[in-house]
Amino acid sequence: MKLTGAEIFIECLKREGVKTVFALPGGVVLKIFDTLYQQKDIEVILTRHEQGAGHMAEGYAKATGKAGVCLVTSGPGMTNVITALADAYMDSVPVVCFSGQVPTNLIGNDAFQEADNVGLSRPCTKYNFLVKDVNDLAATIKEAFYIATTGRPGPVLVDIPKDVSMAKAEFTYPNSVSIRGYNPTYDGNKWQIKQAAEAIMKAKKPILYVGGGVIFSGASQELLELAEMTQIPVDMTLMGLGAFPGEHLLSLGMLGMHGTYQANMAIHYSDLVIAIGARFDDRVTGKVSEFCPYAKVIHVDIDPTSIRKNIHVDIPIVGDCKTVLRELNQILRATVNGEQKDLRKPWWDQIREWQQAHPLTYHQEKDGPIKPQQVVKRLYELTKDRDPIVSTDVGQHQMWAAQYFKLAKPNRWLTSGGLGTMGFGFPAAMGAQAAFRDRLVLCIAGDGSVQMNMQEMATAVVSKLPVKIIILNNGFHGMVRQWQDLFYEGRYASSYLDTTPDFVKLADAYGAVGLRVKKVGDLDAVLKEALATDKPVIVDVPTYPYENCYPMIPAGGCNHEMILEDPPELKKKQSGAAKVTPEDKDTVLTA
Amino acid sequence: MEHIISVTVENKFGVLSRVAGLFSGRGFNIESLSVAPTLDPSMSQMTIVTSGDERIIEQIVKQLNKLIDVIKVVDLNETEFVSRETAIIKVHTKDADRAEALRIVDIFRANVIDSTPNTYTIEVSGDPKKIEAIINLLQPLGIKELIRTGRVAVAREPVRSTAIQAKKVARD
Ligand SMILES: Cc1cc2nc3c(=O)[nH]c(=O)nc-3n(C[C@H](O)[C@H](O)[C@H](O)COP(=O)(O)OP(=O)(O)OC[C@H]3O[C@@H](n4cnc5c(N)ncnc54)[C@H](O)[C@@H]3O)c2cc1C
Ligand SMILES: Cc1ncc(C[n+]2csc(CCOP(=O)(O)OP(=O)(O)O)c2C)c(N)n1
Ligand SMILES: [Mg+2]
Repeated sequence: MKLTGAEIFIECLKREGVKTVFALPGGVVLKIFDTLYQQKDIEVILTRHEQGAGHMAEGYAKATGKAGVCLVTSGPGMTNVITALADAYMDSVPVVCFSGQVPTNLIGNDAFQEADNVGLSRPCTKYNFLVKDVNDLAATIKEAFYIATTGRPGPVLVDIPKDVSMAKAEFTYPNSVSIRGYNPTYDGNKWQIKQAAEAIMKAKKPILYVGGGVIFSGASQELLELAEMTQIPVDMTLMGLGAFPGEHLLSLGMLGMHGTYQANMAIHYSDLVIAIGARFDDRVTGKVSEFCPYAKVIHVDIDPTSIRKNIHVDIPIVGDCKTVLRELNQILRATVNGEQKDLRKPWWDQIREWQQAHPLTYHQEKDGPIKPQQVVKRLYELTKDRDPIVSTDVGQHQMWAAQYFKLAKPNRWLTSGGLGTMGFGFPAAMGAQAAFRDRLVLCIAGDGSVQMNMQEMATAVVSKLPVKIIILNNGFHGMVRQWQDLFYEGRYASSYLDTTPDFVKLADAYGAVGLRVKKVGDLDAVLKEALATDKPVIVDVPTYPYENCYPMIPAGGCNHEMILEDPPELKKKQSGAAKVTPEDKDTVLTA
Repeated sequence: MEHIISVTVENKFGVLSRVAGLFSGRGFNIESLSVAPTLDPSMSQMTIVTSGDERIIEQIVKQLNKLIDVIKVVDLNETEFVSRETAIIKVHTKDADRAEALRIVDIFRANVIDSTPNTYTIEVSGDPKKIEAIINLLQPLGIKELIRTGRVAVAREPVRSTAIQAKKVARD
């Protein structure tokens, strides 16, 4: 029987196990929407902006490990979703985005709402397709899901002209895909793995540096076995949080620009860096020429381009984390004995010393302004038994969330690392909530970032996605203000937000629940109230505006040279500021 | 250092822009790029002349391999190869210059492929040095137009894809 392109689209999605599509309609995709409307297997979540749809697909993908799907119209629909595609590309998130296109006979004529979707998305997708013939549609969709989810995952765009969605073709879904130019390597080179095992056995100061690849690969169990068996400390990247239990004794927390003191010191002084599914981003390495100067480097990554892109690698292993770690563990199981523990005792003594010397700190006065770290810490303690999924926006609050919310398991952490997209947090949380209706999903947001996709509150209310947004409301683009205080002599160019909406009223206006924490003593009670609500909630927490996030490695600095607290001039300035609210900014600025 | 990279790609819509976009987006050099279908009409062959240190060339090879439409990448510098470039040069020639032009054509084993009362159009092919040399000699006569194809190159013996070799280099 012949099906229309729109019907074929739906049949393909069903075969790929897609349950939810985040979408916003328009002229050229109406046939697809109309067909979706007449079936029940796939839920359509109507977003208020295509960027929201894209981030929801990302959140869905990160939480489930499966491809997230969004559907947008041509022209402005496409350009709106670009930010989310670029975000997914940087963070290797499997997203399949379907865009509508003007009818094939009009392509290139500057038709109404025409855009070169393939051209626009080329630099920010893993691959993209323009389907010109309905007979190619099914095979193309199959390839799109295959490419998005295999190897190093990433976003794929399928551009469907209007006439293709209406035309009919015989439907057959291919069982398998074979693309001659695309064969990701999963098995690591055995000889290299043996070399790695030998290096691990000999190392006196080894460190595991693990990233998002461990999560994509589902290799947390293997990582845990490796770390425990060899007693090697674990540094996680921002994207790797949750790959290893945050409260485990072997965990040193996050490394990098706002990583913990011990994590950065340990990688700097290590003699063997074992990088697993991490890509030596500049937020981690700082000054590349002085990154881990004493170490041999083992690098396991499925993408050959990640290896030796930024730093020299001694033992490169191209392959999937899980497969490679299994093989590595098997070798080590046969060789590890008590000796390594003795060999590394001085290393662990040193690490514990670092840990004690400079733990993460902040000072919460009993009646003083609310400190953002305190909010994250209490939120963590109040929810950890419920195994929540946590998303963040971008800024200081994101870093505090990374530092204080200690994730126990993978796929619970949704954050924008590579692109650093403000406005990511809320829609990403909604995407995860759409996948797991019964789970607790939290969004730790900034007052600046959250406004970039606030419109999705309507989607959350209508589609019953009871995400809990906790806004660390410092009245500032806080991360920008921090840099200005540290590197631009405190000139707050466009970092003060001046007018911010009343988030409680805003929540109310959308039909969600708005709560505010007025003083630190109320924090627990208000958080508990929010957690007990079955609707979307905004908790507005006015926090101390001048709190800075430490440790901090200034851009291009070395990992062992961290700023650990406000420099004295700044402390002086802020001791005055502690008593004023942002409304008194003039007083502060002249203080 | 200059490298000549031979890239076998799918012969389909948009592949050239993916390759060109890769080079511009990542700030890699392209000195020249030539592309044409192969014996198998489903594939095209690109010859890319680029330059960079060892690490950059390794990245270029890996990034090319990563493109889904790229089937095979060979860094020809890793093997023996022959390369050619063709130039078409239109020179202004009058009176005595015409004889001089023909002499130069003869020395370089070039061909005159078109002639008008005031011009010769000369085709020459060879390595870049030879082409530079003939251009230098023709310059005094007055070159009106110059078109160069960019280099094409082929390995002397069949070679394996550099994807595998890049890994080997990294291991050594
Ligand atoms: C305000 C701000 C501050 C930041 N500060 C920090 C900071 O202090 N510390 C920090 O770490 N980051 C920080 N980041 C994030 C940083 O920019 C990078 O996004 C992050 O470091 C990259 O993490 P990753 O190395 O784990 O790589 P990812 O981007 O997660 O990439 C994963 C890697 O694993 C590979 N891979 C994928 N799948 C597999 C598989 N199956 N098997 C093997 N390998 C696989 C991929 O090829 C890739 O190389 C910050 C971001 C922002 C916005
Ligand atoms: C879309 C976008 N625009 C600009 C930036 C640059 N930027 C990074 S952090 C930040 C401030 C974020 O403010 P807020 O959300 O209030 O978080 P805070 O740092 O105050 O916790 C800005 C403007 C960005 N990351 N993303
Ligand atoms: Mg803020």
